[in-house]
Amino acid sequence: MSITAENAAKLPADAIARTAPRRLIGPLAWSRENMFANWWSTAITLALGYLLIRYAVSFVDWAFVNAIWTVPQTAAGLPDTTACREAKGSGACWAVITEKHRFILFGTYPFDEHWRPLLVCLLFIGLYVVSAMKRFWRWELALIWAAVLTLIGVLMWGGVLGLSFVPQDRWGGLPITLILSTFGLAFAFPLAILVALGRRSKLPAIKAICVLYVELIRGVPLISLLFMASVMFPLFLPEGMNIDKLLRAQVAIILFAGAYLAEVVRAGLQALPKGQYEAADALGLSYWKKTGLIILPQALRLVIPPLVNTFIGFFKDTSLVLIIGIFDLLTAGKTAIIEPMWQGFGVEVYITLALIYFMFCFAMSKYSAGLEREFNAHRNR
Amino acid sequence: MSAAETLSSAVRADAPPAISLQKVNKWFGSLHVLRDVTLDVALGERVVVCGPSGSGKSTLIRCINRLEEHQEGRIVVDGIELSDDLKALDAIRREVGMVFQSFNLFPHLTILENCTLAPIWVRKMPKRQAEELAMEYLTRVRIPEQAAKYPGQLSGGQQQRVAIARALCMQPKIMLFDEPTSALDPEMIKEVLDTMVMLAGTGMTMICVTHEMGFARQVADRVVFMDRGEIVEQGVPQAIFENPQTDRLQLFLSQILRGH
Repeated sequence: MSITAENAAKLPADAIARTAPRRLIGPLAWSRENMFANWWSTAITLALGYLLIRYAVSFVDWAFVNAIWTVPQTAAGLPDTTACREAKGSGACWAVITEKHRFILFGTYPFDEHWRPLLVCLLFIGLYVVSAMKRFWRWELALIWAAVLTLIGVLMWGGVLGLSFVPQDRWGGLPITLILSTFGLAFAFPLAILVALGRRSKLPAIKAICVLYVELIRGVPLISLLFMASVMFPLFLPEGMNIDKLLRAQVAIILFAGAYLAEVVRAGLQALPKGQYEAADALGLSYWKKTGLIILPQALRLVIPPLVNTFIGFFKDTSLVLIIGIFDLLTAGKTAIIEPMWQGFGVEVYITLALIYFMFCFAMSKYSAGLEREFNAHRNR
Repeated sequence: MSAAETLSSAVRADAPPAISLQKVNKWFGSLHVLRDVTLDVALGERVVVCGPSGSGKSTLIRCINRLEEHQEGRIVVDGIELSDDLKALDAIRREVGMVFQSFNLFPHLTILENCTLAPIWVRKMPKRQAEELAMEYLTRVRIPEQAAKYPGQLSGGQQQRVAIARALCMQPKIMLFDEPTSALDPEMIKEVLDTMVMLAGTGMTMICVTHEMGFARQVADRVVFMDRGEIVEQGVPQAIFENPQTDRLQLFLSQILRGH
C-alpha cells in the first residue's frame, strides 16, 4: 500500500517519528561497518592508524625532507660524503644513487659507451610492450624478435659499424638481468611445452627422457646448476675450446626454468577433460593440429597465473648469477657501495634496486591479470 | 505405428557395407567388454544400438573410429581396415562424424569456429567457403543466429545441435551418435531428436546408441540389442519391440517401458 498525503493525514497522532535510515553505501558507511563497528574494532583501528601515520611520517622525513640528493666534490675530484655521514640516521643519502646510478645500471661497461646498454634496455622494454599487444600477435612478431635481439647483440658487443668492441666480461647491470631473463624465458617456454607434451606421450623413450630431465633439474638448486655450468662444464671441454661464461649461465637458466615451466604446462594439460581430446580425434585432426588448435590454447589459458608466477620468480632468480661472477643488476648495486666513501649507504641502493625489480614484476603481474580476464571471457555467460 | 510416420529406407544393400565388424573382441583389463561382435552396416542404413548400461554399446561405436582400440577381430570402415596405420585412421576419421553424450564442443572457440575448424585444417578448405558451409549446417540445425557466441552461452540442446552441425561440416559418409540425448534435460531432448530425424531423412549412414525407443521406431532400419558385450538380438524395430525372442531383451524392454 502506498502512503499518500491523504493516508499520512490519517496517521494517529502518537505515531513514532523515525530518523532517516543510516547510509549503507559510500566510504563513510564502509568505514563505519568495517573499522568502527564496535569498541574493540575502533580501538584496533585507532592503534593501527597511529602506527601507520607515525612510520609514514618518519619515512617521509627520512626519504624526502632530510634527504641529501647531491654532494659536493673534493679538490681531488672525488665526491665528498661528509654531509651524508652527518645526516645518517635522520636522512637518506640519495647522492649515492645520483653519483653511482650509471654504474648500478650498466656495471663496468665502458663509461663513454653507456648509451649502448641504455638503448638495449629501451629496446627490451619496447619489445615487451609490442609483444604484449594482441594486435601484434602474428607470425611477423617472431621476425621482430629476431631483429631486435640481433640489434641488441650488435649494440652490446660492437666491433662493427664503427662501434668499439666490448668483451662480455665487461657487460653488467640491468642489460645482463634483462638478457638472462628474456632469453631464458623465450627459450624455456617452448622447451617446457615440448617437455610437458613429451611427459604425456605414449612413446616410452620420449616419456622417459622428459621425466628424467624434469626430475633431475628440479632435484638440484639453481645455484649448483650455475656452479656446474661455470666450473665443472669447462673441465669436460677439449683444450682451447671455451664457451663463454654468460652463455653457460644462460643455458643453465633455460634448462632450469624449462623444467619448472614444464610442470606448470603439464598441470594445464592434465586439467582438460578427456572429451576435448576425443572430439579433436574424432574430427580427424592430427596430433600436432589437435595440440596446437585445441589442447594448448585451452591448457595455457588455465595456467596463466602459475605461469606468470614462475616467470616473475625467474626474473628475480637471474640475480643468482652473482655467485659465478656475472655482473647483473643486483651485483652491480652491491659493487657500487664497496668504495670506502659510499660504504654504509646500502639501504638507499637496495631500495632503488627493489624499485626497479618491482616495476618489472608488477608490470608482468598486471599484464597477466588483464590477459586472464580477456582470455577466460568465454567462461562467463 | 503407421508407415507414413516411418521414414522411407535408403539402405543400399547392393553396395559393399559402410561398416563391417567381424568377431571383434575387446578387454578393459580383465573385463571382457566386447565378445565376438559381428555386425555389417549397409550404406544408408540407420542402426540403433540399445541395451542396459555397461553392455558395451558405447565401446562398440567408439571402436569404429578408434577412440578405443579393439584387440581381436577386424573392423573395416568405408573400405579401409582399422589398424595401427595412422594415415588410414586419419582417412577413416575424415569420413566418420561423431556426436558425444557430453557434446565436447571446444569452449575457447565460437560456434562458427567450432564448425569451421576441421574443414579448414583437415579438409584444407578456404576459410570463406568453410564459413558458408558452417552457416548452411547451422541453419539446418536451426541455430544460425548463435554463430558468434561461445558454447558456454548456449543451452544443452543447442550445444548438442551445434555438435551435430560440427560433425556434418566435415561432410562425413557415416555418423556415430553416442547417447546424444542422455545428458539433456527432458525438454531439450526433442529438439535434438528432431535434428537427428531430419538427418536420417537425408540418407546418411547412422549408428546411434540411444534409449529413445520412439526415435528407434521412427527412423531405424534395424535395432541391435546388446547385453554383456555381445549382440543378443537384432532386427527391424517392430520385430524387436513387439516380438522379443530372448529373455534378456524382454527384461530390458519391460524395464525401459516401465520408465515411460
